[in-house]
Amino acid sequence: MRFRGRAWLFGDNIDTDAIIPARYLNTSDPQELAKHCMEDADSNFVHRMRPGDIIVAGKNFGCGSSREHAPIAIKAAGISCVIAESFARIFYRNAFNMGLPILECPGINGRIKEGDEISVDLAKGLIENHSTGEIFCAEPIPTFMQELIEAGGLIPYIKKRMKAE
Amino acid sequence: MAGKTLAEKILAAHADSSDVRAGQIVEVSVDFCFGNDITAPLAIKTFKEAGFSKVFDPYRIALIPDHFTPNKDIASAMQVKAMRDFAREQGIPYFYEVGRVGIEHALLPEEGLVLPGEVIVGADSHTCTYGALGAFATGVGSTDLAAIMATGRTWFKVPSSIKVIFKGKLGPWLGGKDLILYTIGKLGVEGARYRALEFAGEVIENLSMADRFSLCNMAIEAGAKVGLIAPDEITKEYVKGIAKRPYYFYQSDPDAGYEAIYEWDVSSLEPLVAFPHIPENVHPVSEARNVVIDQVVIGSCTNGRIEDLRIAAMLFKGRRVHPRVRCLIFPATPRIYRQALEEGLLQIFVKAEAVVSPPTCGPCLGGHMGILAKGERAIATTNRNFVGRMGHPESEVFLSNPAVAAASAITGQITHPGEIMDHPTVGGEHAFSR
Repeated sequence: MRFRGRAWLFGDNIDTDAIIPARYLNTSDPQELAKHCMEDADSNFVHRMRPGDIIVAGKNFGCGSSREHAPIAIKAAGISCVIAESFARIFYRNAFNMGLPILECPGINGRIKEGDEISVDLAKGLIENHSTGEIFCAEPIPTFMQELIEAGGLIPYIKKRMKAE
Repeated sequence: MAGKTLAEKILAAHADSSDVRAGQIVEVSVDFCFGNDITAPLAIKTFKEAGFSKVFDPYRIALIPDHFTPNKDIASAMQVKAMRDFAREQGIPYFYEVGRVGIEHALLPEEGLVLPGEVIVGADSHTCTYGALGAFATGVGSTDLAAIMATGRTWFKVPSSIKVIFKGKLGPWLGGKDLILYTIGKLGVEGARYRALEFAGEVIENLSMADRFSLCNMAIEAGAKVGLIAPDEITKEYVKGIAKRPYYFYQSDPDAGYEAIYEWDVSSLEPLVAFPHIPENVHPVSEARNVVIDQVVIGSCTNGRIEDLRIAAMLFKGRRVHPRVRCLIFPATPRIYRQALEEGLLQIFVKAEAVVSPPTCGPCLGGHMGILAKGERAIATTNRNFVGRMGHPESEVFLSNPAVAAASAITGQITHPGEIMDHPTVGGEHAFSR
């Protein structure tokens, strides 16, 4: 899977309350959640981003609560992929279950500027910054996890497998 | 070959292979799973969309509407209704109505539904609380919960372990909360990311179950998958008579392999406060002196147990909440509420002009029952102080133990509890003219 979009930069320890504040968690409707994506980190983000754009963050992205509403909000807002130095464990697991492509790339921080045009090859773990020509190698995603992403998450994946059997 | 850690042993007992080592991915059986009114409705929706029809075992599932209850609005009421309907349809007995519901991580241990040696999975990040009982307990999202409700199984990457040994003796006005704030301050919010955090040492051996729960509750705030304490006589005493299933005590082998071992002497520790907006921003309470506050919250899955309320009551007895301050107290479960009533604690709080809420997560996550306005500041015994956590994105939350929170409510600024107890007239009934 390949994605191309503009980069949106976020720092270290972006928590799930910043990604989707609890005041909006009385629903799990993806479109409602998408309206408030990243609101407490950057209140203008959803108005300025375009579908296909890519979030580039620092360490421990998605720390805090177990709310799956966080990857749901990011995906429904139209973000194609999240790249971070590292991810908090529950968010990491939830992202794959929701079919949100994410890539761990230590050392990426500071090498990409806000608005840079970047592309991602998920299978190879390659990130290219078209604005500078730089290429970064992330840890490739295990095949099983890639299948989850391609199916659109854990449930579509299970359904697909049940159908095949 | 090196021995096994507590985390490895519990996972091995639940996997098909007995040779379970850090780094492996294992499929395990789950002894108990649950969700709350934010995560369970989504899990139920997913369960149905996936085409599952029956849960694996209705007696190993709990549905706990604790976050936005008593229902704060129509949308929340619909979320709880989805849980209630699902519980009835599936014959799940552990659905709790308001009046019987408590904060999940205080309620499930007192109900004897989470036990030593078990694998517990909850759709809530503070599920790691039950590591205090020697259980492998960790948080997941709603989709994982849906799959577990259907199959009773899940997969985990076996975590490597970090051991923290607390030496010495805890001073007055300190508790489990201070031990975990100290740990997070030392390791940072991602210092234990993906790891099992195992707590040991003479301080732990003498620590009450309530303090052990507070300690393990915030292991996630250091990024940990689980926070663990090896079960002992104190654990045995706690689960005796309340356990709903058989349970097992596991210990790490003396030659178990740890990624890191820290030994910290905490004898001279002062009560600690985590400054905004990240739990690792930990300082001694003396450095927070003169920080003026608007609101105090005493409660939550971290510090809403009877022991916490007794400490607060000790400070509030014969004193009053500062006239500029709102003080909200949340007994974590109905049982704790009733006990506080019988012990006369609620009377002390109400006389002190604090407000006592029904058990709910409430303002801890900025849900309801005490939201902060722009520019306001709170000190809370809760577990997170992220931007906007208790309300407006430009409000602030300081985290502390219940003694510091109560003392601060009385003076209107962050205060060492010793200062209040040493001066019996501070905050006394006639301290403030109206």
